[in-house]
Amino acid sequence: MKRILIIVMVTLLMVSLMACAPVEKPETSNTSNTESGDTKTDSNDKKTVSGLKAFTKDELKVGFIYSSPIGSEGYIYVHNLGRLALEEMGIKTLYLENIPETSECEKAARDLIQQGCNVIYAVSFGHMEYIANVADEYPDVYFNHCTGYITKNNMSTYMGKIYQAQYLAGIAAGMRTATGKIGFVTTFPIPECVRQVNAYTLGARSVNPTATVEVKWTSSWYDPATEKTAATELLNGGCDVIAAYCDTMNPQMAAAERGAWATGGTSPGGEAVVPNAFLTSAIFDYATFYKQDIQEIMDGTWSSTGGFKWRGLDEHVVKLEGISKNCAPGTKEAVDAAEKGIIDGSLDIWKGELKDNTGVVKVKSGETLTDEQLLALDWFVEGVIGKVG
Amino acid sequence: MLRVVRRASMSLGKRAFLRIASILFALLLTGFILSILKYNSLQVYGEMVFGAVGSSYRIQETINKMIPLLIMGLGLSVCYRAQFMNIGAEGQFCMGVIGATYLIRLSGTSLGAMTIPVMMLFAVVFGGLWCLLPAFLKRFYGVSETLVTLMMNYIALKLVSYLQYSAWKDPKAYGFPKIANYPDEALLPKVFGIHIGWIIAISFVIIIYILLFRSKLGYEISVMGDNFETARYAGMKTTKILFSAALIGGGLCGLAGMIQASGIEKTMNDQISSGMGYTAIIVAYMSRLNPLALMVGSFLFAVLLQGGEYIQSSMRISSDIAEILQGMILLSILSSEFFTEYRVSTRKKADICSSHKTCSY
Repeated sequence: MKRILIIVMVTLLMVSLMACAPVEKPETSNTSNTESGDTKTDSNDKKTVSGLKAFTKDELKVGFIYSSPIGSEGYIYVHNLGRLALEEMGIKTLYLENIPETSECEKAARDLIQQGCNVIYAVSFGHMEYIANVADEYPDVYFNHCTGYITKNNMSTYMGKIYQAQYLAGIAAGMRTATGKIGFVTTFPIPECVRQVNAYTLGARSVNPTATVEVKWTSSWYDPATEKTAATELLNGGCDVIAAYCDTMNPQMAAAERGAWATGGTSPGGEAVVPNAFLTSAIFDYATFYKQDIQEIMDGTWSSTGGFKWRGLDEHVVKLEGISKNCAPGTKEAVDAAEKGIIDGSLDIWKGELKDNTGVVKVKSGETLTDEQLLALDWFVEGVIGKVG
Repeated sequence: MLRVVRRASMSLGKRAFLRIASILFALLLTGFILSILKYNSLQVYGEMVFGAVGSSYRIQETINKMIPLLIMGLGLSVCYRAQFMNIGAEGQFCMGVIGATYLIRLSGTSLGAMTIPVMMLFAVVFGGLWCLLPAFLKRFYGVSETLVTLMMNYIALKLVSYLQYSAWKDPKAYGFPKIANYPDEALLPKVFGIHIGWIIAISFVIIIYILLFRSKLGYEISVMGDNFETARYAGMKTTKILFSAALIGGGLCGLAGMIQASGIEKTMNDQISSGMGYTAIIVAYMSRLNPLALMVGSFLFAVLLQGGEYIQSSMRISSDIAEILQGMILLSILSSEFFTEYRVSTRKKADICSSHKTCSY
């Protein structure tokens, strides 16, 4: 009887396979369009600087790969605001959320391309290598990876210079702290997070030279429980301002429960969540970047070779969300002055002399850090309590 | 009062009817949920099937998902037929990955073409030994293997995390917790666009089929699984049989891990098993521990997984909803299994007994 059952199941399977076969046709013609169709298309098609086809608004289909759920706050949420801005422009988008930083990312990218996407944005550091692999397979698709360092002819890397905004938030924290101890909760000891801790510390010490910033790593992009525990540990250690760069507002809520203060990272709206603890927040406005980048693809000016697409305060891709009522008097003036300095270039936050937190001089007087050095930053500035890695 | 009664037997037609009915019930139930969420349920189901088998690319992806489920399902079938309730496929899978990665760290590329066979050997040994320990505890100390194998999953998973985040972390990864990718020598070659894991899987379907139904060991396993005392009374070496089943089961799970690491992931990380070891248990039982049926069962399950992923982007259904859909369909199919074996009766005990040839409770 079992054998008959197996036969029945196999036949059913075959039938279902065959039943689906005719549906395949439009799909394959669709994929050949994205895979090889570009080379055969008419000569009046515009090409970008990189030799890729410049798509029109109707041809564009943009795929986003997110490492965590979109949720209602945090890093992925701000990227998704950017995607929604593209939708508002009338551009078709697809997205996949909760994609781990494993070969699942490769599969996600291929899945999106098979569904007709010709531009891919992957937003998490660990997605980088996998995106690079897929970029080799599909030379006609635009790939863009956030926070990484690998570029190819059809793969660019982009990022908001959130460290600039963190420097400003650090000023607010430095002026507020009474104990002189600030806590910073963040994810992995990768250069992106190290830069932010350093900038925050430099900002705080620019107004409060003896302030220290203690770091706790959560080793996850999205781990609400650990994010809160880490903040609680910092508060137990005497910190009275909590900064965070992770995917939820839990560290800030931990600070609010203790009557301490907090600054936010990544997404706007922190004041509504913790009204009595909120100082200010270093936030992204990726919508500005995505609109600009897509425009470049349509205009044919998109290129992956002209350096990293790092956009800062001056291009409004990062900013500081308002100075709240909880800030110390004079904070607004100090922050505004620093912001103006960063934008017009008179203030270089990485200017020497900078020592690391073991006392070794890392940047000599009169020198500064280049983007390449910032990209591989693996040491903490003086005033940070903690280790990279 | 309600009673659960074992069925004497069931005709094929009835059985098939029950299965189809259960699937229809699942579709109706999930259709109800989908309509609350304002999706067209028929369209969602169509998209799921289309997303899993709608193009050659998607069939490849579905088969990629099927391979580890099939190989682990085979290993678990051997264990379950010996009444060795191995819940530890997840852990044995991880140990297989650790074994394979350990070899790469030991030898690098120096083994050349022999890299993959030796990796497989390491994976089988690591997975097999991980499964042998609970068998040992069961045989000599009477410890429940269900608990031990389950708990050892967590140990294996944490071991992978530890190696990824500390001991084997790639120093060139800019502080990111990642183990260096395998060299090219350690990657499974592809045949028809799919890594050769599918050939290995099919070979093992045949091997395990012969082992279970045409070999002495298979016979001994089934006798021991049916009744331990009978096997012992007949003079079978029960310890040897138990340990063989555990080694084969754990070894295959370890091999599945190596195939996943070498064919798909190209490295080791703590997401590599992603619950497949538990899914394989369901697949093994759904296929009634039969190697041939496992091919169908694991394929259907892979369709469910791949289709579930596809609708996330095509229909904009969140990953949570897609998982709920998968869970509902699964639950209905599994509960139909229950009704093929048992039925619910409202009659009194005596009535039931008188109306059946056998009465077992």
